[in-house]
Amino acid sequence: MTLLRVSGVTKRFGGITANRGITFDVAAGELVGIIGPNGAGKSTLFECISGFYAPDEGEVELEGTRLTGLSPDRVCRRGVARTFQKLRPFQGMTVAENVMVGALTRTRELGHAREQAHEWLRRVGLLEKAGAYARTLSTGQRKRLELARALATGPRVLLLDEVTGGVDQRSIPGLVELVRELHAGGLTLLVIEHNMRVVTAVAQRIIALHLGEVIADGAPAAVTRSPKVVEAYLGQAYVT
Amino acid sequence: MSAAPQLAVEGLDVAYGDFQVLWQAALHVDTGEIVAVLGPNGAGKSTLVNTISGLLRPRSGSVAFEGQRIEHMPAHRRAGAGIAHVLERRRLFPFLTVHDNVLLGAHNARARPHREETLARLEELLPLLKARRAQLAHTLSGGEQQMVAIARGLMAQPKLLMIDEPFLGLAPRMVQEIGALVRRIRDEHAISVLFIEQNVELALRLADRGVVLESGRTVLAGASAQLLRSAEVKRIFLGDFAL
Repeated sequence: MTLLRVSGVTKRFGGITANRGITFDVAAGELVGIIGPNGAGKSTLFECISGFYAPDEGEVELEGTRLTGLSPDRVCRRGVARTFQKLRPFQGMTVAENVMVGALTRTRELGHAREQAHEWLRRVGLLEKAGAYARTLSTGQRKRLELARALATGPRVLLLDEVTGGVDQRSIPGLVELVRELHAGGLTLLVIEHNMRVVTAVAQRIIALHLGEVIADGAPAAVTRSPKVVEAYLGQAYVT
Repeated sequence: MSAAPQLAVEGLDVAYGDFQVLWQAALHVDTGEIVAVLGPNGAGKSTLVNTISGLLRPRSGSVAFEGQRIEHMPAHRRAGAGIAHVLERRRLFPFLTVHDNVLLGAHNARARPHREETLARLEELLPLLKARRAQLAHTLSGGEQQMVAIARGLMAQPKLLMIDEPFLGLAPRMVQEIGALVRRIRDEHAISVLFIEQNVELALRLADRGVVLESGRTVLAGASAQLLRSAEVKRIFLGDFAL
């Protein structure tokens, strides 16, 4: 069953086309990796799906309902949450309060939101930091906070932008395990990831972007062997 | 003759707080070589070059330049010793002229007395320095800014020029021009070049040798021709399935 449909999404910035006619469907329960060299348009695609940018052409649908044109908070209430590559916790709030902001998109009761925040903090392994200010967290902990805050909005589709980026090597296995658990729990995920070892290990399907276009879409083995992908990452010399 | 390398980096561990980025990183540059530092995003390429120039201090390991240990030397003394570093995204002073930006490169005691003659030589290599002399740096195109940034590095009269992503964001024609400039710097001015680049094939077509970083470790090094055929390079950038 198609949950998320991206059809013909095009986004231009002046003379640069960051996304050009991007089209794909994501079935409920899929974990899809989004890869591509620097500047491929991966984050722009997330901005278009989550309502931070309005695409110049094309549209995004969740279960047949159009999301394009909705503001980011509305997209979030419809069930599409995201994390950011550049971490953006509310610095002056505690870790629990940050997650409550997410939970408050679903409930108006502070007590309920607090309970949910603590539950998500437990799930992401950050419960002991619940009372700490967000600014005191390490990068790996902030990644977990971002995840908890996004999860607290009750998403059906979660967009993860570089969950292992800028994180200590030793923190990566734990984050990968967390993503696997979320997927096993039935969540649909789109994951932008530079670390090829991580993405080929967790994703069932990979979509490769280059210069704003989809150049490959399929199983990890097929995509990373695709001549277009090899050329985009390494150059013509490596295409065999 | 097997002289010691001009630059020898061994066993480098570098961390930002408790976040360790380089693990026993090693590389060398022989006099007159062009060497490319390659690796996926976040592999530690800039950290490695920043540690060589002294912007970062290693937790352990050694950096030797012309036989002298320099890992505890402040950055400005390394510049004086003959290592110039052209930073990622050029980092010119945007509201200074081309001329003033370039002159600031000759700050060290060895280079300063000769700065007029160095500049005259550089103006032959890069006519833009004369033609755009009074123009503010921020009004130049990306490629022109890269040329000025390289010229600023050369004003220090380096023996080794390090460039962090010389081609970043440049149009194909500019990429060719900067590539040709790097070759002339080595061929005509006998300056070794160590540079970082994301585009593997482009880098190896310019460099004599390449060093590949993966997750903070220097896992592969070799002649460019050899790396251009390497399945291991494919694995590092595209994962195990790519083989």
